[in-house]
Amino acid sequence: MNAAFFDGAFVLILLLNLATLGSSRIDTAIKAVALQGAMSGLMPATFALRTGEWHLLALSVAAMFIKGVIIPLMLFRALREAGVRREASPYLGFTSSVVVGTALTIMCFALSDALGTGIMGASRLHVPVALSTIAAGALLMVVRRKAVTQIVGYLLMENGIFLLSLALPADVPAPIEVGILLDLIVAVFVMGIAVFHINREFDSMAVHNLGELKEL
Amino acid sequence: MTLLLLLCILPVLLGGGVLALRGPAARWYVLLLAAVSNAATALAVLLGGIGRGTQRLFAIDDVALIVLLATAIVFLAVVLHIGTHRERDKPEALFTACLLWFLASMNLVALAQHLALLWVAIETTTLASAPLIYHHRSRRSLEAVWKYLLLCSVGIAIALVGTLLLSFAVARAAHGADPLYLKSMLGMAAHADLPLLRAGFLFMLVGYGTKMGLAPMHAWLPDAHSEAPSPVSALLSGALLNCAFLGVLRVFQVCSAAGLHDFAAGWLITFGVISLFVSAALLVQQRDYKRMLAFSSIEHMGLLAVGTAAGGLGAQGAMLHMLTHGFTKGSLFLTAGNILQHYGTKQVNKVRALLERAPRDAFFWIVGLIAISGIPPFGTFLSEFLIIRGLFDAERGLVAGAVLVLLTLVFAAMSSIMLRMTFGPSRHERAVRSSLWQWAGTGGLLAVVLLLGVQPPHALMDLVAAAAQLFEVRP
Repeated sequence: MNAAFFDGAFVLILLLNLATLGSSRIDTAIKAVALQGAMSGLMPATFALRTGEWHLLALSVAAMFIKGVIIPLMLFRALREAGVRREASPYLGFTSSVVVGTALTIMCFALSDALGTGIMGASRLHVPVALSTIAAGALLMVVRRKAVTQIVGYLLMENGIFLLSLALPADVPAPIEVGILLDLIVAVFVMGIAVFHINREFDSMAVHNLGELKEL
Repeated sequence: MTLLLLLCILPVLLGGGVLALRGPAARWYVLLLAAVSNAATALAVLLGGIGRGTQRLFAIDDVALIVLLATAIVFLAVVLHIGTHRERDKPEALFTACLLWFLASMNLVALAQHLALLWVAIETTTLASAPLIYHHRSRRSLEAVWKYLLLCSVGIAIALVGTLLLSFAVARAAHGADPLYLKSMLGMAAHADLPLLRAGFLFMLVGYGTKMGLAPMHAWLPDAHSEAPSPVSALLSGALLNCAFLGVLRVFQVCSAAGLHDFAAGWLITFGVISLFVSAALLVQQRDYKRMLAFSSIEHMGLLAVGTAAGGLGAQGAMLHMLTHGFTKGSLFLTAGNILQHYGTKQVNKVRALLERAPRDAFFWIVGLIAISGIPPFGTFLSEFLIIRGLFDAERGLVAGAVLVLLTLVFAAMSSIMLRMTFGPSRHERAVRSSLWQWAGTGGLLAVVLLLGVQPPHALMDLVAAAAQLFEVRP
């Protein structure tokens, strides 16, 4: 696998960030983040082909299956039960979100230059793209109203962190990697249940209804 | 396999088993079994009966043992307290199971000797405790649990980024080995890339600080503490916050070993003082007594951060304060739960003449107030005194002055609220009778705090001193 292949993959991941930020249909956002998760899940497998560390292949298959299949299915189910399709009246419009997201991406490239990690990862784009994905996820969580979209933002962040961890020169022990993936599934599961209850209590899953607990 | 792993495995298995059990009484006995065996194990480790473990992934060092002890004793008190509820209020199956899984995840936090494993454990505490907070199934508790899940998950995700940055910082010295084992990280810290290490520290401080309730990342804490059932609030404040603090302590340990002690201490003091300030500001005129206790927890988390940063006696004070604050606040939340049962409201204005309505709860409410305010002879006095001494020793007199002023303010605010609830004109309502059991949880915790102030056991004080040594500046 050469650097050009990885460059292409990272550019695609960046575009998926912007697609998620710019989509008004929640199911499109879920699909984009799932595709991105599956792509980042594929990367350890390419390392495995190169270095022959086969436990990476297992990690790869597990990550792709969890991020590309299980979690999207859970989210689509939550969406169906809630009967929503679109993100209505977000705090920040879709076009503006893309613009802010682009600005954040530029800042992340500058940041990773400033940090001067000396760590390349799979290509020069690896660390800055991982950081931009984390930033895009954080942005999505604060500018949208629907609970499901906030979960999508959380998943974007997780994808970014997964990419960042792949840039590590050493492997984290396999049980811990499994633990991180399990935590992710359970987190989405628990959040999904919370979304179901929010929807039942308020007849909508917009989190701005949650405003009773305030100081003074 | 080390014996210590039973601390995690046993509650996980019991939690699974309890789902199949019928009858609330049986479930409570399972809880009691888990709590007693857990506390016995923690004490045995303290007294040297059980080894601390030498595995690379799981072991208990001095500071972890303090967290383990605090969790074990608060959990035991909470279980005794739950035993006092009337038969129909006894815990349901899922609630019991989540309590046990919560215990297991907190024990795993103490046992983890690998920074990524520590992260997994802390995230698991969030997931295991979320159903507990949502126990009342009300709109308000739903809002609280959503905030808790989102803010803590994002906070912890930031901590994971910090963990990765830390391992980038020492990657060159590691020569391809996994640097995230705490031991290897500490060994290689002297050769770390300092800008990356600083960035990693800040990410981890903000991340785990969110879970610990340091201001300004504390938004979830008052909601979760006030909407959760009181035994759960007691566990959140008395045990969980310490676990999150352990995450901060681990990265502080790494910074000290890398010669960044002053940099890291400066940030701990900044967040600590902001927390003290925010809690003091929001405690004045607080209208909900469970929120009042929650803001008091933010204050004490600030104290922990400040004391640790001071080093020396201050760090010893912070280590001791994890125990004394945990026990006192646990007891206060349990009493607050009783008050909520008597009056059916969390509003301060609607609670009057507690002394006549429920004399025993009034007694523990006032004793708890004295203890949480750091008045002798309670252990909190000793720990807060050490923290202030440490600040002066570290020539941070200005910080010490600010802390003292804010502590006085908090004391004035809390005593005004709690005294108003206790005394006042009687409405000649029938006094509530309470059983001896109800005494066990709250009274036991306060008795331990008193013991720590009057005659602190040698084994424990040695442990506190040894734990504080972990954060000393190394050449």
